Amino acid sequence: MDVLNKVPVREQEPAVRAANFEEVCLGYNEEEAMTEAARCLNCKNAQCVKGCPVAIDIPGFVSQVKEGKFEEAYQTISASSALPAVCGRVCPQETQCEGKCIRGIKGDPVSIGKLERFTADWAREHGIKPKAAEQTNGHKVAVIGSGPAGLTCAGDLAKMGYEVTIFEALHEPGGVLVYGIPEFRLPKQAVVAAEVENVKALGVKIETNVVIGKSVTIDELMEKEGFEAVFIGSGAGLPKFMGIPGEQAMGVFSANEYLTRNNLMKAFLEGYDTPIKTGSKVIVVGGGNVAMDAARTAKRLGAEVHIVYRRSEEELPARVEEVHHAKEEGIIFDLLQNPKELLVDENGCVCGARVIKMELGEPDESGRRRPVEVPGSEYEIEADTVIMSLGTSPNPLISSTTKGLETNRWKCIVADEENGATSKEGVYAGGDAVTGAATVILAMGAGKAAAKGIDEYLSAK
Amino acid sequence: MYPIVKREKLADKIWLMDVKAPRVAQYCEPGQFVIVKIDEVGERIPLTICDYDREAGTITIVTQTVGASTERLVALKEGDAFQDFVGPLGCASDLIGEDIEELKKKKIVFIAGGVGTAPVYPQVKWLHDHGVDCDVIMGARSKDLLILEEEMRAVATNLYVTTDDGSYGFHGVGTAQLQALWDQGVRYDHCVAIGPMIMMKFVCKLTKELGIHTIVSMNPIMVDGTGMCGACRLVVGGEVKFACVDGSEFDGHLVDFDQAMKRQLQYKTEEGRAMLKLQEGDTHHGGCGHCG
Repeated sequence: MDVLNKVPVREQEPAVRAANFEEVCLGYNEEEAMTEAARCLNCKNAQCVKGCPVAIDIPGFVSQVKEGKFEEAYQTISASSALPAVCGRVCPQETQCEGKCIRGIKGDPVSIGKLERFTADWAREHGIKPKAAEQTNGHKVAVIGSGPAGLTCAGDLAKMGYEVTIFEALHEPGGVLVYGIPEFRLPKQAVVAAEVENVKALGVKIETNVVIGKSVTIDELMEKEGFEAVFIGSGAGLPKFMGIPGEQAMGVFSANEYLTRNNLMKAFLEGYDTPIKTGSKVIVVGGGNVAMDAARTAKRLGAEVHIVYRRSEEELPARVEEVHHAKEEGIIFDLLQNPKELLVDENGCVCGARVIKMELGEPDESGRRRPVEVPGSEYEIEADTVIMSLGTSPNPLISSTTKGLETNRWKCIVADEENGATSKEGVYAGGDAVTGAATVILAMGAGKAAAKGIDEYLSAK
Repeated sequence: MYPIVKREKLADKIWLMDVKAPRVAQYCEPGQFVIVKIDEVGERIPLTICDYDREAGTITIVTQTVGASTERLVALKEGDAFQDFVGPLGCASDLIGEDIEELKKKKIVFIAGGVGTAPVYPQVKWLHDHGVDCDVIMGARSKDLLILEEEMRAVATNLYVTTDDGSYGFHGVGTAQLQALWDQGVRYDHCVAIGPMIMMKFVCKLTKELGIHTIVSMNPIMVDGTGMCGACRLVVGGEVKFACVDGSEFDGHLVDFDQAMKRQLQYKTEEGRAMLKLQEGDTHHGGCGHCG
């Protein structure tokens, strides 16, 4: 075996998987995992750990995998992460742990993500649970939202002995892991539900169908229901649209709606009531991970799918692996193009888009080269479905109903990066509600920091 | 689970249910809505809150069957339970937030069409309980489709009942009744219209001419109902608004009804197919020319 090359991971064939919702990546088996783990240099000053937002002891668990001590490896990971089976699948490892791996300077970095996934899956298949606190300390903490930030914060607090209740607005816990990320990237029953069960096994209670700010406010939770601290991990909010003509036509969806119908409401499965418009030619506008998820979902529902993105391939915000998978599955990338108008037929249904070509100009404030229109390059393309994947703006339900909670000019909640503290005493926040749309692992990092912040606050009280 | 403690047929295809949901009943106000989900495979269905009992912890909902999901909903019996029942969602009625003495100076009229009578009722009741007068025009296609007439009579200052076919009360639609009252010299300065979109559109056309400030309650397609999916977007005063968090009440003179009505049709074919499948079961094999 060549130590410079990683052990390749088995995947479903592109032509097969483009027509099903089964998981794309099949993961390592025991032998493959041990072989891959043996490539780790076990650096003393491990850079990979610095690249991990929740600072997992990566050399520690990798060397346990190498020796075949999978249960110990799982306990090492779960000391730092509440959702290893999720992170092993959806973290952008190439810019985090694996991006800093010394092995990667010459050759492939160690496949840390795939090893994490293997370890978590092995533990689940062997019925191994994370270790719960021996007794509770009697302090009640409320966590709003059961997405990655909320589950992490709740899990960490429960391990310290707090009595934690998570309030979830939707009917199923998991947040974006359930409504946003599709089945073929993150299996809902086998992986997400199992991780949620692990958090519950730590003693965390989850109450679904409670919309904080509507069913009950944060002030009421603290004054009437005895919660001494609150963590807000309510996620991102309302979808953004382009503000171009034709966007209100039938057949135009936000990526959030399209994915929620398919993932949370399981519209793709026979027997579920929620409808989804499959479309025969679909345009997805945007270039992030959510755009890739929407495009690959539409492909599996049987459509020809085009991603329309105004910058070039280099600037695509999506993970490299997602772009690679999308291309393999036959998604067509119309790069350096931008819709000017959506075309609407006499019945009010979208029937296409008028698109203009773009070129890259000088760098803008984000450091990326600004796309500028090429005059006179407009043309029309046909489509019966258009999915807008342009990000979200914060949901106002909590900030508008909580006294003394400061928000910034983008309406995101203002919170201390170190400990999640907000302008309101006892109230902490993290994840997309604070940063705007970001990644699962950054939200987990914020949930972890806030758990520490809440513990320090309540211990000092 | 959220048990159904009472179920009653109000008219053909229209059912009332009281559902035990203490968290919703604790803080809900007139004008807000809930989302119900029957079971694992069910849709999330938005329904306006028609009444509430804080002590009993119950919410009253009224459903008219329009498709397969609502057919399934009304087939539930007393003692059955919804798997999910979430709320209150949306904003409380504008009137609730106003000063009572200011409200008493207003001449308020409600115009309710069909099943829209149900969400009008808690608002009228709330005003009545706070000593504020208001008139109500409530209508249906025919006498047998009228709902909550006695309840409404008990709380409205003047109640005008209309039927499209003249089988009961005033012969004509709600707008014709409003025009008739106006012609007799009755004056209003605030109107709340709730009913089918086409009715609200025509009420707004008339009240704009008459110069009556008008609030409508929009009920577009929704999925999550908490401000995430954007399915319920509509154009109000040239701006995109989300009915689930910005509404569901809006200034009727600013709503783009034509666009909203088109968006309502988005899943019509799918709903129609699903309904036929439910009604005809295994005997439904297409052939109608509409099924794929």
